[in-house]
Order: sequence, then C-alpha cells, then structure tokens
Amino acid sequence: MPPVTWYLYVSAALFALGLFGIMTRRNAIAMLMSIELMLNAANINLVAFSGYLRGHTLVGQIFALFVIAIAAAESAVGLAIIINVYRTVKHIDADDINLMKW
Amino acid sequence: MIQLAWLIPVIPLAAFAAIIFFGPKLKSNAAYVAIAAIVSSFLISAGIGYEWFFVHHAQAAANFYADWIPTGTSVLRIGFGVDSLTIMMLFVVTIVSMMVQIFSIGYMHGDPRYPRFFAYLSLFTAAMLSLIIANTILLMYISWELVGLTSYLLIGFWFEKPEAMRAAKKAFLVTRVGDVGFFLGLLLLYLNTGTVELAGIFKQVELLKIPQVHIPALGFVASIILGIMAYGLAGAVLKGTKRLPVAIFAGLAIFGAAFMLIPHGPVQMSLAAVASLLLFWGAVGKSAQFPLHVWLPDAMQGPTPVSALIHAATMVAAGVYLVARMYPLFHVDMTALNVVAVVGAFTAVFAATMGIVMNDIKQVLAYSTISQLGYMMMGLGVGGYTAGLFHLMTHAYFKANLFLGSGSVIHGTGTQDMRQMGGLYKKMPYTFWTFVIATAALAGLPGFAGFFSKDEILLAAYHWHGGKMVFYAGVAGAFLTAFYMTRLLAMTFFGEPKDKEIHAHESSKVMVIPLMVLASLSILAGYVGLPWNNIFSHYISFGHGEHEFSWAVVAMGTGAGLFGIAFASLIWIWPVFRFASLKPALGWVQTLLANKYYMDDIYDIVIIRPLMISTRAMFAFDRWVIDYVIVNGTGWITLQLSTLWAIFDRYVVDGIVNLVGELTKRGGYALRYVQTGIVQQYALILVVCVVLIGWYFVLLR
Repeated sequence: MPPVTWYLYVSAALFALGLFGIMTRRNAIAMLMSIELMLNAANINLVAFSGYLRGHTLVGQIFALFVIAIAAAESAVGLAIIINVYRTVKHIDADDINLMKW
Repeated sequence: MIQLAWLIPVIPLAAFAAIIFFGPKLKSNAAYVAIAAIVSSFLISAGIGYEWFFVHHAQAAANFYADWIPTGTSVLRIGFGVDSLTIMMLFVVTIVSMMVQIFSIGYMHGDPRYPRFFAYLSLFTAAMLSLIIANTILLMYISWELVGLTSYLLIGFWFEKPEAMRAAKKAFLVTRVGDVGFFLGLLLLYLNTGTVELAGIFKQVELLKIPQVHIPALGFVASIILGIMAYGLAGAVLKGTKRLPVAIFAGLAIFGAAFMLIPHGPVQMSLAAVASLLLFWGAVGKSAQFPLHVWLPDAMQGPTPVSALIHAATMVAAGVYLVARMYPLFHVDMTALNVVAVVGAFTAVFAATMGIVMNDIKQVLAYSTISQLGYMMMGLGVGGYTAGLFHLMTHAYFKANLFLGSGSVIHGTGTQDMRQMGGLYKKMPYTFWTFVIATAALAGLPGFAGFFSKDEILLAAYHWHGGKMVFYAGVAGAFLTAFYMTRLLAMTFFGEPKDKEIHAHESSKVMVIPLMVLASLSILAGYVGLPWNNIFSHYISFGHGEHEFSWAVVAMGTGAGLFGIAFASLIWIWPVFRFASLKPALGWVQTLLANKYYMDDIYDIVIIRPLMISTRAMFAFDRWVIDYVIVNGTGWITLQLSTLWAIFDRYVVDGIVNLVGELTKRGGYALRYVQTGIVQQYALILVVCVVLIGWYFVLLR
C-alpha cells in the first residue's frame, strides 16, 4: 500500500489545478468545473486519511459520499443560475456579470 | 284605608311632576290639576280620619315600615304612621292648602309662570304632608328640607324683583342654620339609639336620661357671643367716627361683665336634653323663633297665597309640630322644654312689638305669625302639649284667612302699604267681614277660635313650675296682638281712602269663597276644644290631664285683648290719643322697633360682613397665592426646565442618534468599493487569507 503522502500529493495537485482554474477562467461553467476538482481533491484527502489513520472505520468514505452528493446539488443550483444569467445577458462571462455590485 | 296614607303626599307629588313636565301645555288648567290632587289628598285624609276615630277609636298608632337603606349591621327603614296628631295636621294642611290653591286661581291669574306656581304649591304640599305622616326622623328631615326648598322657590317666585331674590336666599340660609341643628340632633339620636324610627327612639328615651354629656366652657362661649352681639348692636345703632372704638369697647365690656357673672365650669346634660335642644334649634329656624326669626318678615316678598300657606299656616308650624312630635324625648329632661318655653315667650312679645310699627300689611301679619308661633312654642314648653297644638290648628285657619284677606286687599288696591289704604270696608265687604272674623280670632275675642286655644296656653303657662314670667309674657303678647291687629284693621278698612289714585274693588268669587270657608273655620275650629267638653284634648294629649279651668286666667287673657283693641281704637279709629303728641316721648321706641331691634344690622355686622371680608381674603389668597404663585409658578418653572431639556434633547440625545446613523452611512459608503462584482477577486482574497492563516498556524506556532 503506497504511503499516504502520495495520495496527498495527488490531492494537493488536484486542488491547485482547481484553484488555478477558478482564478484564471472567465467562463462560469469552467469555474464550476474547477470547483468540482477542488471538492474531489478534498474527497481524496478524506478517503486517504480514513484508510490510513483509522483503518476499520468508514467515516471518511461516508463523508466523501456526502460531499459528492452536496457537490451534485451545488452544481445543479449553479448551472440553473448560469442558465438564467445566460438568458438575461446572453453570455456567461463572470467578469462582465457585475450588475449587483454597489 | 289607613295603610293608604302614603298616597296623601304622593298624589300632590304626582301633580307636581305632571305640571312641571306638561305646564306649557296645561296653561291655566294646571291649577285644576293641582287642586284635584289636593282634594284627593283631603278626601283620603278624611277617610283615614273617619277610620281612625270611629273604627280604631284612636287606639294604638298605626305604623307601616319598609326597608330602605341597608347599612352594615342594620337597615334604615322608611315609613309612615297615623295617630290623632297626624290626622289633625293632615286636616289643617290639606284644608289650608286647598283654600290657598283655590284662592290662587284668582290671585295669580295672568302670571306668566302660572303653571309653575301651582307646581311648586303641589310640591310644597307633598313635602309638608310627608313630613306629617313620616314616622322616622330621617324621613321627617328629608321632608323638612324639601319644604325649605319649596319655601325658597316660592319666596323667590318673582325672582325678577331683587328683593324677592334676596329674601329667598335669606330665608333659605337662615333656616339652614337651624336645619344643621336638626341634623345634628338626628345623628345624635341615631348614634345613641341605633334607629331612626320615632317609636324605637321613644322606647329608649329612659336610657338617654343620664347626665352624661359634658359641655365645657359654656359660660365662656356664652360670654363671647354676648360680647359679639353687644359689639354688633353698638355698631348698628351708632353713627359717626367714634362708631368702631365705642362698639369694640361695648363688646369687650359686655364680654367682661358676662364673663364675671355667668357661672363657669363644665355643664352636665343628659343626651335627651342635648338632642332635644338640637332639634329645637331646627324648630327655631323653621318656625322663625328668636334669634332666627329674621327671615320670615322678608319672606313676605313671595306671592301672598304663599305667605298664607307656607309662612303662616303650615311650614312655619312645622317647627312646633316637630317639638310636639318629639315630645316624649323633650319631656324626659325638662331642660329643653324650659328653653322652649322661655324662647317661645320671649319671641311672642318680641315679635308682637315689632308688629306695631310696620306699615306693610303683610309685614304686620308676618310679625304676628312669629309672635303666635312663639305662643305655640311657649304652650308646648310649659307643658301644655294640647294647648300648643290646639293653637297651631286654630292659628293655621285664621292666619291663613288673614293672609288671604290681605292678598285680596293687595289684589284690590295694588299696594301693600297700609298708609295708602283706608275705607276699604265699603268697597270690599266680603274681604272686610272675613278679615274682621279672623282678627277677632287672633285677638282672642270670646267665641272665636283663638279665644279657646290662647286661653289654654295661658292656663298652662299660669301653672308652669318655672314661675309666672312666661304667663305675663303671654298676657302681654295677647295685649300687643290685639293692639296691632286693631291698628291694621283701622288703617286698612276704616276711615277714608288716603290715596285717591287707588280704586279698590272686591275680589272675584274664587278668592272670596276660600276666605269665607276659612272665616267659618276661624270660628268653628275653637269649638272642638271647649274647656268643659274638650274633644281635642281627648285625642291629642300627653301625660297627665289638663289643668283646672280658671276664670281668672281667662279674664286676664281676654281682658288684655279687649284692652288692646280699645287702646288701639282710641289711637287710630277715634283719635283720642294723638300719635303725633306721643312722638317726642316714644320716638326712640319707634326707631328701635322700626329697625326691628337692629337684628338685621347686628347679623350684618357680626356675621355677614366678617364672612364677606374673610371670603374676599380667601378669594384674594386663592387668586394670588394659589393661582398665581403656586399654580402659575409651577407652570412657569416647568416651562423653563422643559426649554432646557429641549435643548439637551435636541443637541445631545438627537446628536448621538444622528451620529450613529451618520457613522453607519459613511461606513457603508466606504465599504461598498470592496464589492467589485469580480468573482475571481473574491476568491483570490479568500485564498490569500487562507494562506496567511495557514502560514500563521504552521510557521509562527
């Protein structure tokens, strides 16, 4: 069984990729996808720690399942908002969606 | 029938209500409503009288009660009772009231407030009748006050005249002074016997006999009163600059003398005596006895039928009735009765002397009434219970007759001043003859009603245990009465008309017939109390029987009367004595009498003026100290403080509030630039912060 740090490297890389995506992409759907990446990075962490630190409990795994479910709900809401934004302003460029500032 | 006695006052009361509410509609029919009511009352009285004397044989007074006011431990009851005294008074009041109301149809004809006059007369009759049938002292007091109220209303009936208005106020206030005594007596009796029912009180009179009331400093108080009276008298008589110091000196001197002479130390009296004296004080006010007689002559400002009904025959006799009604209480302790006798005797002479000099026909009759009421009081006080009440009855008839006769004269001539009258016997024959009969009755000529009753009083006075002074006062009163009545007759009816402007005429039938009825009663009423067959005393008597009949007393009483008539005739009818020739010698007497012994002036100086001064002082105090300094000052201080608080509020409290608002607003403006709407920027801040926090936890801890 590979040491836990390997999983953590993968997880960190994944999280960093997601973070980079959030920061750089202007497309709202791409940002949503980047958030999914970050959530899955966290899931990897949870599952890895669950397996290594407390070998016989499934807390981490179940927590990961919850996160997946919530991520699904979150992207459903997020996509619904994006569709509505698209219908209103005919694009989904996050930088130009600033009607509610101030 | 007897249990229907409550209807007797209620029917006139209903008539009062009907006339007051429907007066404008009834117009002149109001009189018939009132007269119908009083006739019904009279008929019921007659029925009750029949039943009382012939079915019940005047045994065991009938009393009826109803619960009225529940108090903590007992119930105050209201009720009415019938006995011989009640029946006698019912007859007197209903008959006189009936005659007066019939007379008023003519006398008040054309008066703008004609219905109201009859409404008041009905109310008065109702109150007087309820005073008579009441058998609880509380109901008596209520009726007593009600007759006082109607007296006030009727004296001031022509309230456009300022004198009538003043006379009404005076009558009300002066009798009120007496009423306070009645009320205190009532309270005293209620506190000590626990009941207001007469029967209940009389059952307990023996308990009230013990001398248990300590009255401290009576002598001192009496000295002060005498001193003040002397001050007032001096102030009233004297004129000029030395008036005030002399008056003060006189007051102090009399006070000092009285203080030396009157024995000091606390006086012991029985509760019965104190209560009786307080009740008698009420009677003094209502029956116009000295020293509260001053209102009755002024009360003549009212319409003449009112004077006949209220101020001659019935209401003023209520005081006598009260003493008679409470006689078991008065009789327990002779102190009160002795006071009654002396006050009555004094008033009888005192008022009669003033009657001699008055020129207003009604004033003469008013003083005559006071004098005769004094006679009745004297009769009761010397133990002549029957005599006093007998005189009350006969006096009611002939004095009502005299007043109605004078009303007829006033109606016929249009003046009240006897100096403008004269020679009326030709022009007003009916009025003249009825007047002569009533005068004869008042003067006590043999065969007329007043003869029998007056002699009974004199007989009782003759046998009084307290000496003969009261008897001689009574004889003097008889002389004076005959004297001034002859003068009145002479000035009014005899001689030649003095004022050619006045065209006298006989009054209408509606006024003459009551005069005739009352004139016949002025003769007949005496025959129920013949010395040898005294039906009156058979039914109305108290304690032991009558005194032995005495020719000497009759001779003295009648002789005094005849002498008075003769003497007055020689002055005014056949002028043997010229009044003018007597003037230098008797001028000061006339001044004294014409000024009514300065009683009004004394009251003015001693009571009214100090009262007015203190009232004005209190008004000024109210105005300047209470209103101005305290109330307005408080207001002003409040106002100033409020201004101060307003400044504080505006600048400090509001300032803090505005400051908070402003700060929030500025803060909001400042912070809104943070919200750029660029999502990546938010995320970047988030990441930087997380990194910083992580850095802090990992590296610095």
